Amino acid sequence: MSVIKTEHLTHTYSQGTSYEKAAVSDVSLEIGRGEMIGVIGHTGSGKSTLIQHFNGLLRPTQGKIYVDGEDIWEKPKEIRRIRFKVGLVFQYPEYQLFEDTVYKDIAFGPRNMGLSEEEIDQRVREAALFVGLKPHQMEKSPFELSGGQKRRVAIAGVIAMNPEVLILDEPTAGLDPKGRDRILGQILAYHKEQKNTILLVSHSMEDVAKYTEKVLVMNHSRVAMFDQVEKVFSRSREIEAMGLAVPQVSRVFLSLSEKGWPVPSNIYTVEQAKNALEQVLSGGGGVHA
Amino acid sequence: MLENVTLDVCPGEFVAVLGHNGSGKSTLAKHFNAILLPSSGTVYVGGIDTKEEDRLYDIRQTAGMVFQNPDNQLVATIVEEDVAFALENLGVPPEEIRRRVDESLKAVGMYDYREHSPHQLSGGQKQRIAIAGIIAMRPKCIVLDEPTAMLDPQGRREVLRTIRQLGSQFGITVVLITHYMDEAAQCDRVVVVDNGKIILDGQPRQVFSHVERLKSVGLDVPQVTELAWLLRRDGYQLPDDILFEEECVQAIEKLLEEHHVSH
Amino acid sequence: MLKDITIGQYFPGRSVLHRLDPRMKILLTIGYIVMLFTVSNPLGLCVGIVFLIFSYAISGIPPRMITKSLKPVIPIIIFTTVLNMFFVQGDPLFDWWIFHISRQGLLTAVVMTIRIVCLIAGTSLLTYTTSPITLTDGLERLMKPLKRVRFPVHELSMMMTIALRFIPTLIEETDKIMSAQKARGADLESGGIMQRARALVPILIPLFVSAFRRADELALAMECRCYRGDVGRTRMKQLHYSWQDGVAAAVTAACIGAVIAVNLFAPVIF
Repeated sequence: MSVIKTEHLTHTYSQGTSYEKAAVSDVSLEIGRGEMIGVIGHTGSGKSTLIQHFNGLLRPTQGKIYVDGEDIWEKPKEIRRIRFKVGLVFQYPEYQLFEDTVYKDIAFGPRNMGLSEEEIDQRVREAALFVGLKPHQMEKSPFELSGGQKRRVAIAGVIAMNPEVLILDEPTAGLDPKGRDRILGQILAYHKEQKNTILLVSHSMEDVAKYTEKVLVMNHSRVAMFDQVEKVFSRSREIEAMGLAVPQVSRVFLSLSEKGWPVPSNIYTVEQAKNALEQVLSGGGGVHA
Repeated sequence: MLENVTLDVCPGEFVAVLGHNGSGKSTLAKHFNAILLPSSGTVYVGGIDTKEEDRLYDIRQTAGMVFQNPDNQLVATIVEEDVAFALENLGVPPEEIRRRVDESLKAVGMYDYREHSPHQLSGGQKQRIAIAGIIAMRPKCIVLDEPTAMLDPQGRREVLRTIRQLGSQFGITVVLITHYMDEAAQCDRVVVVDNGKIILDGQPRQVFSHVERLKSVGLDVPQVTELAWLLRRDGYQLPDDILFEEECVQAIEKLLEEHHVSH
Repeated sequence: MLKDITIGQYFPGRSVLHRLDPRMKILLTIGYIVMLFTVSNPLGLCVGIVFLIFSYAISGIPPRMITKSLKPVIPIIIFTTVLNMFFVQGDPLFDWWIFHISRQGLLTAVVMTIRIVCLIAGTSLLTYTTSPITLTDGLERLMKPLKRVRFPVHELSMMMTIALRFIPTLIEETDKIMSAQKARGADLESGGIMQRARALVPILIPLFVSAFRRADELALAMECRCYRGDVGRTRMKQLHYSWQDGVAAAVTAACIGAVIAVNLFAPVIF
């Protein structure tokens, strides 16, 4: 069974005024339990609006959303319950930190869930471990930490709620390559251990290619593609036409295959590229990656 | 934070300072217009020692500075008034301000937005306004401290195109502080900073050929450079200074031909 | 969404009123207020009302905006009306138990109501036709003479400008922080007053931290653009009085003159 399902989901801002604008229109999709999905699309493509529907922060102007098979807006008063099931980490989440210690900040979510003190303690420590925070950092003020550390505290604050679905909106924005690899690596490890569903929103096709299995491409407030990574990358030219940046190696291999060389056209990581080329060069030509 | 840094930026150069967060690259940038003063050693900007307090405004006019967050450097509620801000502070006559503001806005391609309010603009557009506000001072040099770190790919492209134009059209020296290697690859010269020291300095092709060195300090190299490096390591003959896609395509085609792989 | 809220009440337009010099508009508004309160005769009051209707007509501001601007002051109007009606002594019109309404009381109540309505509608017209930044500019220049007595005119107007610049940014930020805390299960909608106040802490602290960080960065950016207060500063946009300002001044002066004349020669009624 799918964990999130939408039916003709549409969201129109400022409905009924001259500023009316459909941010998401007619989106019907199903997200399977335990999937790791990349969500890409340029600014204004509707991806941010879409993900805010998944945990009930926004209410669709038309259409329905189901979480665990349950229509989440059937009882609007109980919408907070949905937010515990579907955790959402916003862009630059370090700007939401407010407590005087890292520990208390991570505990904010679990406390709102009304859990017992032991349960909260256990969850906070587990979440801190996932994002690589050291025990001695727990009693520090979050404002003393470096930018990368603050961001990990904020992510831990949502992980501690133990959501079935974790959505991260550009968790690596503004980080350097080292910080980026670290956070994405931790998210992947968390996914492998917890087997929960993860949606990773990103501008970077490189990151999406490296860390996710399926890709959801949003364009002009609609779903343009939703498929396995290799299948999406075999349509790289279309993705480029949407103004999204395709990884450099993908473009190299596309050019080569368009020129008639027997190389696969759906390459997206350097490692794949190397292996595919070496296979062709050693005489096993024409094999797809 | 910084240790024994000797660096000479020549007029008209387009230099990238590459390093991870906390490497000291921003600290270095802040010495270029006397926001910070060295605890030992000397910084000269256009021949002026930054310790000369009474020449502070000459220094800041010579080396203009653009910061990371586009929102936090725009002062006025109207685009053209913001671009005029520095000139008003410097006491430039009104007609001259008007002329330079229009000129700067055209240079960054934002003239049509001159009467907009900054909060209606995208991040990339705001950053271009910030750049216009600096070039209106007619600086010899412009220092940009991670100007694209908070922007989306579209905004990054816009801002980078604008920065490259500054050098080629107006002869302004550009120092671009960044951790994006693809931006650095487009410069004339790349200075890599780690742990407060300069570890590599040269043309992008030379610098990026040190793939392992760069990876060890937490930086990326362009994917095509890495691919060529991996293949070379496995014994294939490929040049070691590939930076751009077309070069990579050509090099691989040559390699395929040499190995008698048919079309 | 919070960011849909517009700041100020500016209605962009190209009417004569929009194009008048902000200094002139401020002075004329002050003149109009003085006129309203020196009026002592129904005829004079009519001059004030006609002047206002005429101004709205040429400004192109929809008349329903008058009622909109009046909404927040309705309690004040009711309060003064009741006060005047029941507590001004004079010839009794109505008497029942402890309530006495006099002819004079009723008259004062009506006149006061008209005055307040005209006052609010008139000053609203100033903000409807002048953008906040132009208004700030006009105020700064009008108050320039006060610099001699060390009144921080430039500093105040710079504060005003920066505030106007950052209000939309901070509103958007508040919106984001609220969403982020709601996503962490914060309950902002239920509970008593104390509970609701406490629920604001996770929003206010990040907002203040961010505002301070912005202030810090902005100060640095301003210094890098050679800002040093009012020392040797020039302005790109100079304000110039045009012939239209002259006409507006003349019309307003004529109205004030008419009111004074009416006050002098017609019987004083209130």
